Amino acid sequence: MPLGLMRLPILELNNISKHFGAIHAVNDVSLSLEPGEVVGLMGDNGAGKSTLVKMIAGNFPPTAGQIRIEGQDVHLAHPVAARRAGIEIVHQDLALCNNLTAAANVFLGREARKGVGPLSVLDYPYMYKKAGELFMELKSETRPRDLIKQMSGGQRQAVAIARTMLSKPKVVLMDEPTAAISVRQVAEVLNHIRQLRDQGVAIVLISHRMPDVFAVGDRVIVLRRGRKVADKRIKDSSPEEVTGLITGAIEQVA
Amino acid sequence: MASTTSSSLEQIIGKQEMTWVTRVLRSQTFWVIVAIICACIYLSLAAPNSFPTLKNFYNITRNFTFTAIIALGMTFVIITGGIDLSVGSTLCLSSMVLAVTMHNGASLELGIVYSLLSGLAVGLFNGIFVAYLKYPPFVVTLGMLSIARSIAMVVSANQTLFQFGPDHSRLLALGGGATFGISNPVFYTVILALVVGFVLRFTRFGRYVFAIGGNEHAATLAGLPVRGVKVAVYCVSSLAAALAGIVETGWLGAVTTNIGTGMELQVIAAAVIGGASLVGGAGTALGALVGAALLEIIRNSLGLLGINAFWQGAFIGSAILIAVAFERVQQLRSRD
Repeated sequence: MPLGLMRLPILELNNISKHFGAIHAVNDVSLSLEPGEVVGLMGDNGAGKSTLVKMIAGNFPPTAGQIRIEGQDVHLAHPVAARRAGIEIVHQDLALCNNLTAAANVFLGREARKGVGPLSVLDYPYMYKKAGELFMELKSETRPRDLIKQMSGGQRQAVAIARTMLSKPKVVLMDEPTAAISVRQVAEVLNHIRQLRDQGVAIVLISHRMPDVFAVGDRVIVLRRGRKVADKRIKDSSPEEVTGLITGAIEQVA
Repeated sequence: MASTTSSSLEQIIGKQEMTWVTRVLRSQTFWVIVAIICACIYLSLAAPNSFPTLKNFYNITRNFTFTAIIALGMTFVIITGGIDLSVGSTLCLSSMVLAVTMHNGASLELGIVYSLLSGLAVGLFNGIFVAYLKYPPFVVTLGMLSIARSIAMVVSANQTLFQFGPDHSRLLALGGGATFGISNPVFYTVILALVVGFVLRFTRFGRYVFAIGGNEHAATLAGLPVRGVKVAVYCVSSLAAALAGIVETGWLGAVTTNIGTGMELQVIAAAVIGGASLVGGAGTALGALVGAALLEIIRNSLGLLGINAFWQGAFIGSAILIAVAFERVQQLRSRD
């Protein structure tokens, strides 16, 4: 990295491993992310992507290695701890409540209230307003009062992404955000990712879809059998090379 | 730029898929209210000497409260996607606890406290088995249906109690008295309905109840206290059953171990007719009231019109199926 452009990495993993008994799901993986960087995390099924992301999200601790946020060692023992440290996750199944409004889902578990103590009531006007602002930042046409069950796949993604923005996150982990939606909506979601990036959020994009990673990614990291086999700038790589790395046709690159 | 942004933001925030008129027209509760009004008009014409009288109004409004009070409590459980089959037996147990303690000299206040505590114990038992031991709600509360009534029989030695000690007349006034010509239980029901409506719509607890019923997995991932909320809803349901037991004891002036038998089915019917969904995620306080009211009007009208009481079950069953048809039609439409 050129000295003049040195920035403090927002998230650093140093020699992270996760062993489940004899199974080495993740082995000695190191990586770092800068603010406003989109990193595609690729690999075949069972390569260790989910395990790696779950450690960052606080679902379980690594067997060995350190996680640092803005240079500070952190121990993410619980998803709530990860969230407090500024790490948000968009789950593959989105984890939304169909029977609630977009605004209610954005604020789920972090409801805005007014009043004191046991007498405090939900602050509907504030939550509608704030959710509307977040959708606008994402350039999404999602409306805060609409129920999730009436929405398209792209709009649901916007709700899930807006939810991560509520706390001004440092890192957003996205698990297959474009896997189950139509082509037109994929473009919409990729735009949301760019909006999020432009606010200085570092994004880890787990995806099987090569075109999406090459469309929005700055870097691509490839895992194979729990090891990191590539960490390259998108402009220095190609879909062919990444495919080779995923399948093992290409052993490893710098 | 700033002004155009804020004005269009206002527009987006204000926008909704449906106007309030279409929402009302699509609501099952609204159509049940329409059905009740139509039934009242028809009955007033068909039985002009017996239906539209003050005495009958007094009876209907009092009779519907026992089902309505429990339905208001059970609405919480149903919204989370659960069910509480034990409410009829809980009503019996808490009535017996009230009767036995007061019979042995306890004051009305103390009797009510013991009675509510017995309800709370049932709710905690149900809730802990469902939330922490992951038993299916149907199974846990089916077990409790049997256990609670059995304990009530043990507590009372299966006797009929009709002497409630020093506060006997206060208890009878509580459940059987009237204020401004309206039966006392009606006031308790209305107050409870307002509280339930408020909690469901305006509190974080209410929001969590809906979220758990909508997508329990999502609620867990969002960090909601899912197990705690589940225990709480079963406690609310049992406490409502205990409250109904206290009021009903005051009205009847006697308690047998048969009280509340089969009541769980009436209560579930009321909630479902009022728009609560047994798969979870939907239900309102108004719906519980309206559902209980429709059941009582069916019961009342069959008597007044001289129709054989054996037909009651057929009418109530049909009401359930017709009410739910509204929801089914909408779902089939939206699937196209």
